[in-house]
Amino acid sequence: MTARPSSPPPAAGAAPTPPRRALTAGTIVVALAVFVIFPLVVTDPSTTSIAVFALVFMVAACAWNIFSGYSGYLALGHAVFFGSGGYAVALAARDWHVAGGWPVFALLPFGGLVAGLIAIPVGLIALRTRRHTFVVVTIAIFFIFQLAAFNLGFTGGTSGILLPLAPFSAANFNQPFYYVTLIILILTVIVSWMVRRSRFGLQLLAIRDDEDRALGLGVKTRRLKLTAFVISAIPVGMVGGLYFDFVGQIFPQFAFDPLFDLAIALMAFLGGLGTLAGPLLGALVLESLQQYLTQTFSSNATYLIAYGVLFLAVILIMPRGVVPGVSEWLARRRARAALEPPPSEREASGVGGSSGLAGAAR
Amino acid sequence: MSFTELLQAIVDGILTGGVYALMAAGLTLIFGVMDIINIAQGVMVILGAYLSFELSVHLGIGLLPGLLITVPLMFALGVAIEFCFMRRLRDQDRTQMSILVTYAVAIVIEGVLTALFGVDYVQLQASYVNSSVHMLGFYLPDIYLIGFALAVALLIGLYYGLYRTKFGRAVRASLQNRTAADLIGIDVNRVRTISVGIGVGVTAVGGMVFGATNSFNPNTGYDLISRLLAIVILGGMGSIGGAMAAAVFLLVINDVVAVAWSPTWAPLIYFVALVIVLSVRPQGLFGRTAARAQ
Repeated sequence: MTARPSSPPPAAGAAPTPPRRALTAGTIVVALAVFVIFPLVVTDPSTTSIAVFALVFMVAACAWNIFSGYSGYLALGHAVFFGSGGYAVALAARDWHVAGGWPVFALLPFGGLVAGLIAIPVGLIALRTRRHTFVVVTIAIFFIFQLAAFNLGFTGGTSGILLPLAPFSAANFNQPFYYVTLIILILTVIVSWMVRRSRFGLQLLAIRDDEDRALGLGVKTRRLKLTAFVISAIPVGMVGGLYFDFVGQIFPQFAFDPLFDLAIALMAFLGGLGTLAGPLLGALVLESLQQYLTQTFSSNATYLIAYGVLFLAVILIMPRGVVPGVSEWLARRRARAALEPPPSEREASGVGGSSGLAGAAR
Repeated sequence: MSFTELLQAIVDGILTGGVYALMAAGLTLIFGVMDIINIAQGVMVILGAYLSFELSVHLGIGLLPGLLITVPLMFALGVAIEFCFMRRLRDQDRTQMSILVTYAVAIVIEGVLTALFGVDYVQLQASYVNSSVHMLGFYLPDIYLIGFALAVALLIGLYYGLYRTKFGRAVRASLQNRTAADLIGIDVNRVRTISVGIGVGVTAVGGMVFGATNSFNPNTGYDLISRLLAIVILGGMGSIGGAMAAAVFLLVINDVVAVAWSPTWAPLIYFVALVIVLSVRPQGLFGRTAARAQ
């Protein structure tokens, strides 16, 4: 299997030493505090809207990673769930005459539910195939949804659907969106972490490393893959609803955007596929950068070139992603300092270092 | 829908299918030899179309003679990309990483094209673009005939090159087992570079025909790559004959649905057909099931 990703973040037997665990906990607390305080300190609307977009993509990349990162199946069709969640929320708001603001936020779980339900048949079909065939089938299913959104009557076609305007004051308009996304993000990260350290997560990693062998050892691969696929679709559907509520309208070409498919995969890859912190970091950096470049360069062309070149540079310099790359470098440095091989590369994922407990958790 | 319309749609599908087969053959050749999925193939076709456009508008070189310039240029681009990026990918996760790398290449090319040409749609013009011949009761646009003839000629050339020359044998050997090919003295790296050059070079021809039959802008590449990937997967990755059959199959379905039902639903049926076939035959129509890696 050439599609096998880089060596798995080693699930070590030994628990992290207490200082290291404290360090990880400290990092999480600090990061959380920064995210909570951020919109209170920075009130400039153009910056906070970048922050909302970044959070949306952090959720999407983290959720995508639950399936693709852990199982090694590269899904390039998660925009299906993003768009479906968006349309579910937009249609519900329109047809049930839901007022803007918090009532629409209450519809977000419905968006997630719709995305999850759609993921079941999509997963049943797509997961019949493996490797690059799976990639292309997800792309094909994505285009089926995009074309359907263009052509079906109830989606409003190319004229799209308007969502009710949230009644927030202009100065703090972005804040509620920010905090709602942050809550979804925290929940998604917790789910991802729980999956990673559970038996279920280990079985997914086994599928990634050698599916046939896992099957032979009694892992119920089909059921597991489908479960992970559905779990990863739900948060994407929820932030899809939120994203289009934030933007104010939904069109087929934005709801089902091929660039979304590739963007979240790219974010997870750059950060470090299969790690907990990697996709979060990748999404935070890339989406902020992308929004910043779009705002800075009025010309779309300059932005595309800058983005592409940067992207190529990072892939070529750190082919396994930033988080594994940096932690390997740190491990090497530590090893040199101690003049002995590193005891273990357990802390292979930065903030998500605790995810390395997976083995010990059993 | 009358019977004549149906036949006309089938003939159109076969003719356009030939051109798609050519573009997809490049993609499948690159995959077969390198295990690389070239996401940039679509935007490279558009690049080829813009090269033809530039030559014909500014230098007054016709579309067909212009190919003598654009094909070597695209070949050189393919060689450069193989040398700079594809070669650096490690074997272990080559296919997955290649999607990202070639996607980045596609973004850069799209950006350069947008900077040079803007986002307005253009179409290639020549005397034979809008004329057609009336043959056996069908109206056959000249450009479709020319495109089909070019595609068939090149595909035959490709086939001949792969199955009747020493270089072709080296390509097929590297395709089957690169370690063994290396051991018997084949310069696998050289074979790979040239194969990618050829795979990208054919996009110049595909681009010329595509640009003459469709209006395009730098963004059109994404729609194209999804169709090409569908063809390549349906045909079985790495199989040139499979790509030809799949291209004709999908394009005929596309054109028949467009006539029989509605042009807006035709692309959807195209992908539905792909999904259905792959649910039954995951390895594609002509693909072999990959042996399990140890």
